[in-house]
Amino acid sequence: MPSPAETLPPDAPPPRLELRGITKRFPGCLANDHVDLVLQPGEIHALLGENGAGKSTLVKMIYGVLHPDSGTMLWQGAETTVPDPAGARRLGIGMVFQHFSLFDTLTVTENIALGLDDAGPMDQLADRIRMVSERYGLALDPGRHVFHLSVGERQRVEIVRCLLQDPKLLIMDEPTSVLTPQEAAKLFETLRVLAAEGCTILYISHKLEEIRALCSRATVLRAGKVVGAADPRQETARSLAEMMMGAELSTPERPPQGAAGAARLTVRHLSTTSDNPFATNLKDVSFEVRAGEILGIAGVAGNGQAELMAALSGEVLLADADAVVIEGASAGHLGPRARRELGLAFVPEERLGRGAVPELSLSENALLSGYAREPLVRGGMVHFARARAYAETIIRGFNVVAHGHRAEARSLSGGNLQKFIIGREILQKPKLLVVGQPTWGVDAGAAAAIHKALIDLARSGAAVLVISQDLDELFVLSDRISVLFHGRLSDSRPTHETTVERIGLLMGGLFGTPPDEDGEITRAV
Amino acid sequence: MSFIRLEPRGQASKTMVYATPLLAVALTLLSGFILFMAMGFDPLKALYSFFVAPLTSVRGLGELVVKATPLVLCAVGLAIGFRANVWNIGAEGQLTLGAITGGGLALAFYGEGGWWLLPLMVIGGAIGGAVWAAVPAYLRLRFNASEILTSLMLNYVALLLLNYLVHGPFRDPDGFAFPESRLFEADATLPILWAGTRVHLGALFALMAVAGGWLLIARTFIGFQIKVIGLTPAAAGYAGFDQKRIVWLTLLLSGALAGIAGMGEIAGPIGQITASISPGYGYTAIIVAFLGRLHPVGILLAALLMALSFIGGEAAQIAMGLPKAITGVFQGMLLFFLLASDVLIRYRVRFGARRVAA
Repeated sequence: MPSPAETLPPDAPPPRLELRGITKRFPGCLANDHVDLVLQPGEIHALLGENGAGKSTLVKMIYGVLHPDSGTMLWQGAETTVPDPAGARRLGIGMVFQHFSLFDTLTVTENIALGLDDAGPMDQLADRIRMVSERYGLALDPGRHVFHLSVGERQRVEIVRCLLQDPKLLIMDEPTSVLTPQEAAKLFETLRVLAAEGCTILYISHKLEEIRALCSRATVLRAGKVVGAADPRQETARSLAEMMMGAELSTPERPPQGAAGAARLTVRHLSTTSDNPFATNLKDVSFEVRAGEILGIAGVAGNGQAELMAALSGEVLLADADAVVIEGASAGHLGPRARRELGLAFVPEERLGRGAVPELSLSENALLSGYAREPLVRGGMVHFARARAYAETIIRGFNVVAHGHRAEARSLSGGNLQKFIIGREILQKPKLLVVGQPTWGVDAGAAAAIHKALIDLARSGAAVLVISQDLDELFVLSDRISVLFHGRLSDSRPTHETTVERIGLLMGGLFGTPPDEDGEITRAV
Repeated sequence: MSFIRLEPRGQASKTMVYATPLLAVALTLLSGFILFMAMGFDPLKALYSFFVAPLTSVRGLGELVVKATPLVLCAVGLAIGFRANVWNIGAEGQLTLGAITGGGLALAFYGEGGWWLLPLMVIGGAIGGAVWAAVPAYLRLRFNASEILTSLMLNYVALLLLNYLVHGPFRDPDGFAFPESRLFEADATLPILWAGTRVHLGALFALMAVAGGWLLIARTFIGFQIKVIGLTPAAAGYAGFDQKRIVWLTLLLSGALAGIAGMGEIAGPIGQITASISPGYGYTAIIVAFLGRLHPVGILLAALLMALSFIGGEAAQIAMGLPKAITGVFQGMLLFFLLASDVLIRYRVRFGARRVAA
């Protein structure tokens, strides 16, 4: 079979980047297995795949963070190796990582200077930043300190840093996972301008609707191999997901909610203060979650979600005992254990390192929160046989792919660990479940299973609170939606009476906007 | 490209957890062999007199147990704390306080003792050590002061307190102003367990500490909480484990065990309160705890090995005229090789250039 480059007419320019037979093996897993990829100048190319399919490994090799075991890489037609990220930048490859590497206490210019190999005088750099940011519509004040910036603005800093080096290939890893729909729309405009100027963009995302709107070609990875290529514009999100999974996707259905029951969680005038200057204090937050319903709280990260989660779990005790009422009992002064005994179960946003101990086995991780409501401890002694049985029940009931109850938590993929944690909490038959970012970074198959479990739990009579940045997810799950912005919570609206646009505006801080203005903002994707 | 590479293992090797201490001992012996040879001694004879000769007599074996006893008692307590990230460096001071309170009771009831005096001294020693450890616990929880520094500094306070007492209130009235207490009466002395040696009842306490420590770590819910706090404090907070309670518990427990060790020294081999009751057991116990992998059974073996380095060093001084520093050299080499070979738990060694698959 001829390689794709050879099928082009002889006078066509060489592809910007061509990978041939790239293979990378890690101990115990083949991360990339003879991967071929061709990126043309000026295209926006999607790289699709479930968690663990090998997407990050592949882009890390392109950016010189990792090195292939075998295979060749051609840059504008010439064979090349990328020794390290500095070498990648010299070639003209830029990358915006999912997690930012910015110093809060430095200004935008200072942060950008730190990431450049040749920064030059600061005032000239500030001028260049201003120029680039105007040219691509990335509003940014070079003199501001990073801790003042919103997440979207922080991402702009990272993008501008790449653009200052005139990249010919820009790699973006899950860029919109932290943006409001409106911010994402702005980002897409920028990316389209860049592509029109000839820059190639390699785009990684789990959000298939986005990819359909933005990308002209897609390469699909599964278990380290290229399993297909597609024009996303000709596909549906469902067909793309099924390509990634290699199986049919079952989307959970949300049966109509019955009559909402009694309030299981009532939060009244909850305000917090923190010693941490970068924390977002909650300001007079009030809401309730009733039996049988799912309340979704939307919002861009850093608007008080972490503080709200800590106040609800009991990891931070409150001054006012009545600010949090669980099952009719004032819980503000109670710690996590006492709240669990009242019927609370809790799935934190950080799976590894809070929801589970990485080095411990699944049966020990089952004990971690299971001790409060399951008979796993007797007379101060751990009943290990019961903990094992409980872990096995979770593994079977929630289709967790793991090497039995002895597997260390860190050996599980993100989606499987999340299924385990959610299973551990749901099997305790909670009266109230609080979940943070239930499917962040989780692939479509596991996400569907998690969504179904949450809906089933609510329909069986529990109250469920979901705090998430993913609006698509909240619209699938929630009966009502509120938005958290700068520590304030908007009034909730029934999901069927609101739209993604309206919630998006609230996420940007436009509380109390007249509804007739909503129509002017079209949805990002 | 180098010809020796470290390649990460998929997960920690269980075999290596147990094999690396043995490897460290082997490497220590090998280095000792080379060292003795370089110094012009017959290496086999020197190693024999250091590591084997002390084990060939009943007296030598007895001394091994006598020296291992306080090491085990201190190290088991320390290891439980270390597992919870509570870094008690003050076992030496807590041991000293146990000797002061336990011995103080022996002196207070001098001449009026009975069967009840020894149990009272054990409890008194435990309380003395625990109170000394309570100071760093309070300072950490109230003022967020590092227990590493506070517990270490209290060691010197304890030593000065002991010096003051043996020069003053505890001094033997008939002792010609020597800084020593009276010799304890039989009622205040731990019975000898093994005739012909100095092995005393404290050895039994040490074994009980090993068994109790294992039970606590491996079977109880408290032990599970300690493990989670040590590995991932955020997960412990999520699960609702009371971290303050664990700081109190581990510090009081290790203080009490060190206190019992100190009381055992003055009521056992020493038989009175003197200005020097410990050759640094509380510090050596830190090495013992890590050499024993913070596991009570491992600690038992490690304590015997460290005790051997104490008496082997003395024996080699006498038999071969080796310098006194040899004990420290061997203890240092052992810890060095152990820490170095620990890399094998997570990595395997590969020889030859990296294979590039075609």
